[in-house]
Amino acid sequence: MNKNDVGILVVDDELIVRESLSKWFAEEGYRVESADNAANALRKLQTNNWNIMLVDIKMPGMDGIELLHRVKETNKHIAVVIITAFAAVDTAVKALKDGAYDYVTKPIDPDYLDHLIDKILQEQELLKENQRLRDAVTELTGSDEIIGDSPEIMKVMDLVHTVAPTDTTVMIRGESGTGKELIARAIHNRSPRKYFPLVTVNCGAMTETLLESELFGHEKGSFTGAQYRRKGKVELADGGTLFLDEIGNIDPKTQMDLLRVIETKQFMRVGGSEVISSDFRVICATNKNLEQAVKDGSFREDLFYRVNVFPICIPPLRSRKGDVAKLAHYFLEKYTKAMNKKVEGFSRDAMLALRGHEWPGNVRELENAIERAVVVSGGPMIEKEHLPLQMLVASTASGRRLEDVEHRYIEEVLAETGWNISRSASILDIDRVTLYHKIQKFGLKRNR
Amino acid sequence: MKAIELQPLGDAEPDVLESICPALQDAFKVPAKVRSGSIPLSSFYDVQRGQYNSTAILHQLSPFLSMPRTGAILRSNSDIHIVGVTQRDLFMPILTYVFGEAALGGDAAVVSYHRFRNELYGLPPNKDLIIERLRKVTIHELGHTLGLVHCTLQYCVMHAASYVEELDLKGHEFCPFCRSAEARVLHSI
Repeated sequence: MNKNDVGILVVDDELIVRESLSKWFAEEGYRVESADNAANALRKLQTNNWNIMLVDIKMPGMDGIELLHRVKETNKHIAVVIITAFAAVDTAVKALKDGAYDYVTKPIDPDYLDHLIDKILQEQELLKENQRLRDAVTELTGSDEIIGDSPEIMKVMDLVHTVAPTDTTVMIRGESGTGKELIARAIHNRSPRKYFPLVTVNCGAMTETLLESELFGHEKGSFTGAQYRRKGKVELADGGTLFLDEIGNIDPKTQMDLLRVIETKQFMRVGGSEVISSDFRVICATNKNLEQAVKDGSFREDLFYRVNVFPICIPPLRSRKGDVAKLAHYFLEKYTKAMNKKVEGFSRDAMLALRGHEWPGNVRELENAIERAVVVSGGPMIEKEHLPLQMLVASTASGRRLEDVEHRYIEEVLAETGWNISRSASILDIDRVTLYHKIQKFGLKRNR
Repeated sequence: MKAIELQPLGDAEPDVLESICPALQDAFKVPAKVRSGSIPLSSFYDVQRGQYNSTAILHQLSPFLSMPRTGAILRSNSDIHIVGVTQRDLFMPILTYVFGEAALGGDAAVVSYHRFRNELYGLPPNKDLIIERLRKVTIHELGHTLGLVHCTLQYCVMHAASYVEELDLKGHEFCPFCRSAEARVLHSI
């Protein structure tokens, strides 16, 4: 902080005190002004920014404590230091309780005064820096990559908004590639824990012992190769969120350990005896039928009920085809930017193929298809032949009648335009009357 | 500033004042001398505090001085800058003690070497150290008379020091930033 930017206001009815302190702070290079009573001080508060106020406790008219109250009502960030003639403990305690930063007794030790001012300014700088970082985090995390406005995905987002500010355990369910981790991130980023880490554990990718060490950490020498003490993901998630992906794949022993740590928020590192506490929120995800796994005995019933508190089901892409075009354009922009290519859009045939595909690999498959298409495309548009072969084979081998394709395409265009008949007719290159006929013919109804 | 004059106050030892003159000449490139005769300090004594009021002494040294109430920097027209030197303890009314006080941008300063004596801290006497400390504080206060404010660089003579250990840590020269500010002021006067 530049000293010229620091404003100090001295409020005292004694001229000699105002002069001495003003001079002292002026020699430091601070911007300093003084006021001989509380009313004048309040006036100066309106006209300038102040970091610190030194206020005499005893003044005619409004006293220092009353002035402190008035300042704190409107300017919480100003550090008010109370000056007292005598070290009266009760008055000093009252001043501190009422929000004063500190109190000093007259005469003031110059060394103490210098350190006090330095300390206040350092704290104010840290608070400012903290706010700047928080703003940066909010800006970075504010835009989630959840694309789509189909009723299905809007329902999911409603649930995300509802549960995010709470500490409730969330179970995200959905097929592979539907974006379970994105939903977990969206919940974390909208929660008060967003300034702390979101720690992901892929439970399906590890063996029993490795997962145990990954979750709880280990002490040095606890097993062959454990050369150092290592913190586990549960410990690292302290203050934040622990995202347990593919929780359905956890072995029975780790299920038991996990249940205990979720319930008590306490654990021990592998090979350790120290009980460690960690404050974390749990979000789980699975593509398995956990109810069936409970019936089979491969998943503990108590853990199931513990983690299945607030289930969110992400629909597969085939049941929200209205989002395919938006997602395709989003990924197109993402990869054209990344590859520095100039591809403007999709040909009608390409879009028809994208809409007609069943997307068994969901959004992940769509993303990969667009990435590939951007790589192979040489012109301004993505053509049907740029799409992966298996997709085209699947769409042509489906053996659907022309009428089925027409029905589906009209349905999708209507969904995309929000049932705007004129725009839909224009996209379909037919007149409005024909479109009404088709709607009637296929029995299409607006989904409100 | 064209010259520096050291004014003995009370029982200040003339040889101590004489011994810092070369350093002042070196620092500001102007002649420095000790005034003959001493100003008595009794009228500045505060019986309750057992100390001498530095602000009042400053007004005595520079009678036309109007002290800044808003931290504004004065602009001195005087060619001679006076530094009163005493071995008695000084205070500014709101502070417990000061090593010195200057009129920021004015033409007068006052310094005390009372607290520079090692005996105060249970150490053997060391007159060289007293002179070394006095030299730093006098250059520092004269820096204030040129309008310089405290410097954040610890080695710079304009770095604030409110106890002797801190004073011993800093140097007796201006850092390049303060040196250029000082040169600008000296040339503009």
